Amino acid sequence: MAIKNNRLTAEQYEQNFSDIHPPFETKEAAMVEANRCLFCYDAPCTKSCPTSINVPKFIKQITTENIKGSAHTIFSSNIMGAGCSKVCPVEKLCEGACVYNLMDEAPIPIAKLQRYSTEQAMAHNWQLFDRKPSVGKKVAIVGAGPAGLSCAHVLAREGVDVTIFEKEAKGGGLMTYGIAAYKVTPEFCEDEVNYITSIGGIDIKYNQELGKNITVEQLQKSYDAVFLAFGVGLARQLEIPGENLEGVVDAIGFIYDLRTKGFPSLPVGDSVAVIGMGMTAIDAATQAKRLGAKNVTMVYRRTKDEMPCTQHELDIAMLDGCNVMWLAAPKEVKGENGKVTQLVCDVMKLGEPDASGRRSPVATGETFELNVDMVIKAAGQMPFETMVQQQQIGHKNGKVTVADKSVTNLNGVFAGGDCVNGGKEVVDAVQAGKDGAAAIIKFLAI
Amino acid sequence: MADISVNFLGIKSPNPFWLASAPPTDKKINVVRAFEAGWGGVVWKTLGSQVKNVSSRYSAVDYGGHRVMGLNNIELISDRPLDINLKEITEVVKMFPDRAMIVSLMADNDRESWHELIKKCEDAGAMGFELNFGCPHGMTERGMGAAVGQDPEIARMVVEWVMEKATIPVITKLTPNVHSVVPTGAACVEAGTNALSLINTIQSVTGIDLDTFVPNPYVGGKSVFGGYCGPAVKPIALKMLTTISQNEITRKVPISGIGGISTWKDAVEFMLLGATTVQVCTAAMKHGFRIVEDMCEGLNNWMDEKGFKTVNDFIGKSVEKITHWEDLDINYHHVANINQDKCIHCGLCYIACEDTSHQAINIAKGNPYNNYTIKEEECVGCNLCKLVCPVDNCITMEEKRVAPEYINWIEWQRRGLPLNDH
Repeated sequence: MAIKNNRLTAEQYEQNFSDIHPPFETKEAAMVEANRCLFCYDAPCTKSCPTSINVPKFIKQITTENIKGSAHTIFSSNIMGAGCSKVCPVEKLCEGACVYNLMDEAPIPIAKLQRYSTEQAMAHNWQLFDRKPSVGKKVAIVGAGPAGLSCAHVLAREGVDVTIFEKEAKGGGLMTYGIAAYKVTPEFCEDEVNYITSIGGIDIKYNQELGKNITVEQLQKSYDAVFLAFGVGLARQLEIPGENLEGVVDAIGFIYDLRTKGFPSLPVGDSVAVIGMGMTAIDAATQAKRLGAKNVTMVYRRTKDEMPCTQHELDIAMLDGCNVMWLAAPKEVKGENGKVTQLVCDVMKLGEPDASGRRSPVATGETFELNVDMVIKAAGQMPFETMVQQQQIGHKNGKVTVADKSVTNLNGVFAGGDCVNGGKEVVDAVQAGKDGAAAIIKFLAI
Repeated sequence: MADISVNFLGIKSPNPFWLASAPPTDKKINVVRAFEAGWGGVVWKTLGSQVKNVSSRYSAVDYGGHRVMGLNNIELISDRPLDINLKEITEVVKMFPDRAMIVSLMADNDRESWHELIKKCEDAGAMGFELNFGCPHGMTERGMGAAVGQDPEIARMVVEWVMEKATIPVITKLTPNVHSVVPTGAACVEAGTNALSLINTIQSVTGIDLDTFVPNPYVGGKSVFGGYCGPAVKPIALKMLTTISQNEITRKVPISGIGGISTWKDAVEFMLLGATTVQVCTAAMKHGFRIVEDMCEGLNNWMDEKGFKTVNDFIGKSVEKITHWEDLDINYHHVANINQDKCIHCGLCYIACEDTSHQAINIAKGNPYNNYTIKEEECVGCNLCKLVCPVDNCITMEEKRVAPEYINWIEWQRRGLPLNDH
C-alpha cells in the first residue's frame, strides 16, 4: 500500500473529472423541460431558494426565447446564479420543493435550466446591469468568495467604488478552492469572477490576508464601510492519537490541492478512509476514488438519518464505489515508520438527542480496524477564531456575531457568509452578501 | 364489438373516418397507403382547371412546446393533369372497392365545365362528389372556391348545374369564412345537394418571422393569407356544425364533419353534433396514416362501453343540448371544491381567480407550500380554477342549486327578480 500520484491515464482523468451534471445539449431539450414548468404562483421553488430567484419567471422566459431576460431574472437575485446552478444541493432546495414531487413526477430540472440561461449570458458576455454613476463612496470587502462578490456587485450597481481584499491568488472563494472538480472547473470559476466584476467599480487585490497584510482598523480608516466575508477555512481536528502521521490530510486542503495542482500530480492512497458525512466529505471521497484510490471508506459516527449530506450526494459516492461505515467514530490512527497503516474506530450506538436535536452517538466499547494508508478528515471546518479575536471583531466561538443579518460590533463594519454562519451553501453566502450590501447602502444613506 | 361502419347516402365505408380533400389524397400512392392503413374513405384532392403551386406552402402555430396546434396552407387544388388523377382513381377503386371514393370538384364557373368534369369523374368510378365551395386562397381570385361559397345565390346556381348532371351523391363543402354557414348551406340544400360537409379552412396569418418581418408561409419575401386548420379550429367547426344540424332546412341532409379532428374523441364529438362521417387531414399530415388505428379502436371501445350497436345510435345526440342563452336555468348553481389530498399547491387556481375572476379562493401562506380553499359564498361557479388546475379531478364543481325549480332569463325578468347578486 502506498500513497502515490499519477495513477491514471490522461483519458481516465478527463473522464473521471468531467461535468457530473452535464448541460442540455440542445435548445429543444431545454424547451421540453421548460415547458413542463407549471408556472406556480408564490412558487415553492422560489421560496426554497435562499436568494429567492424567481424560478417560474426565468423558466417562462426560456420558453419565450427571452434568454437575456431569463439570465437577468436569475442574476438579479443571485449574481452567482451560474455557479450555483452547478453546485447547489437543489434536491433539498428548489427542486426538492417542486410541486411535481407531490405528484410523484420528476421535478423540473431547475438547476439545469438555470445553467442553460446563465451560460449563454456568460458566453456572450451580456451586460445585464448598469452601474450608476459613482456616488463617491468607497467600501472595502474582505474575501472574494460568494458573499464578498455578491455584496460587491450590489454596491457597484449603486455607484459605490468597491475594493476587495482576497488572501488567495484567485477569486471565487470556496467555489474556486473547495468544491469537487466534477462540479465546477477552476476555469469556470475564474470566468464567473470576471463576469461579475465586468460591471466595473470592483477592484480585487489578491494575496491580501486579513490579520497579515491588512487590519480591520486600517480598512475602517480608509473606507466608508467594510464588509467581512472571509469565510471559514481551518479543518476541525479529530483530537485522536496518530493524527500527525504521514497520510492524514484534511479534506479542505485535499480539495484545494486538487483544484490548484492538477489531477495527475495529486497523490492519493490505495486505501482511503474519509471521516465525516457532509458535502465536503462526499466531495473528498468521490475525488479520491476518481484519482485512482482502490478502496474508499467513509466513516460516520451517526446513522444515515442524521447525515448532513443529501441522499443525492450519498448516491454519487455509492455509485463511485465508496463504502460507508455507519456508527463508526475514529479512535486512533496507527502507523509504521511514521506512515498511516490503520484507522481504529469505535463502534457507536445512538443515545439521547444532543444540542442539535440529533441523537448523539455513544461508544459501545467495541472497536474495529480499517487497513488504510490515507485518512482524509472532513469533520467540519473551524472559524478563524484567533484572527477574529485579534481584529477585535465580536464573535461567538470564532463565528462573527451580527445584528440585523449583517451589522457587527464595529462601527461601519458588516459581515456575512461562512464567517458568520460557520459554513453553509454558496447560495446562502450570496444572500448574505446581498443583505450586507443592503445594510451598507442604508448605513451610507445612498 | 360495435359496428362502426357507415352508410352515407348509399356509399358504404367500414368506418366513419375519411381523409379530407387535401395533399394526403392527391395521388394514388398516398391513397393506397391510407387504405392499407385502414381509412374508411377518401375525398380525392380537388380536381378542376389547371393550376400552378408555389413553394413554400404550409406554416404552423406551435403552443407550449407542442408543434402544429394549427396549420395553414396556401396550396391550390390538384396541380396534376386531370387524366392521370382519373386513371389513378379508377385503379384505387378497383383495389379497394369497400372504401368510399369521393372526388372533390372545383370546375370553372360555367355549366359546361361542371358537366364535363362530372361525367369524366363518374366514368372513372367515383362514388360521390364533394363540391369545393370553400378553398379560401388562390381560387377565389378566379371566382371559384370560397367566392362561390360566400354567396348563397352563386352556390345555389352551381349546385343546380351539378345536380342536372350528377348520377351519384353530391356533398357540398361549406366555407367558414362567412358570418354564418347556414344561408349558403340552406341554398345548396334547396338546390338539391344530397349532403353537406364542413368546415373548409379559415383564412389566417399564422405568424411573422421577427427577423425578416415576413409572415409565414414565406414565398420569396412575401406571404398571403392561408387556410387554417388543425386542432385549433375544432371548436369553431363544432359551432358551425351545430348551426347546420339545428337549421330546419340544412338538417334534412347528412353531414360529413371536418375541422381539427385528431382522435376518436374528436370524431365522436362531431358525430354527436350531427356528422355521419368525419374527415381528417392535419392529424394525418402530422403523424401519418397510422393514427386511424386508434381512432377505430377508441370509437369501438367507447361504443361498447355506452352500449351503442351502430353509429346511428348516437349521431346527433347532442344537437338538442345546445340551446339559446335565454333558455338556460338561472337557478342552476355550482361551486368549486378543492380536494386537499390531491392539491399540489401550485397556486394556479388562486392567481387565476384572484387576478381575473371573483377573488373566491382563500390563501393560507405556508413554507414552501400554501394551502388554498374555496370561499363558497364568493364562487360564481365559472369553472376557471378547475380549468387551470394541472391535477385531474382535484377541483370539482359541486351542484348547489339556488332553488329547486327551473327558471330562465325571460321568466326571471317577468317576475322582476333581483339582479347583480355578485
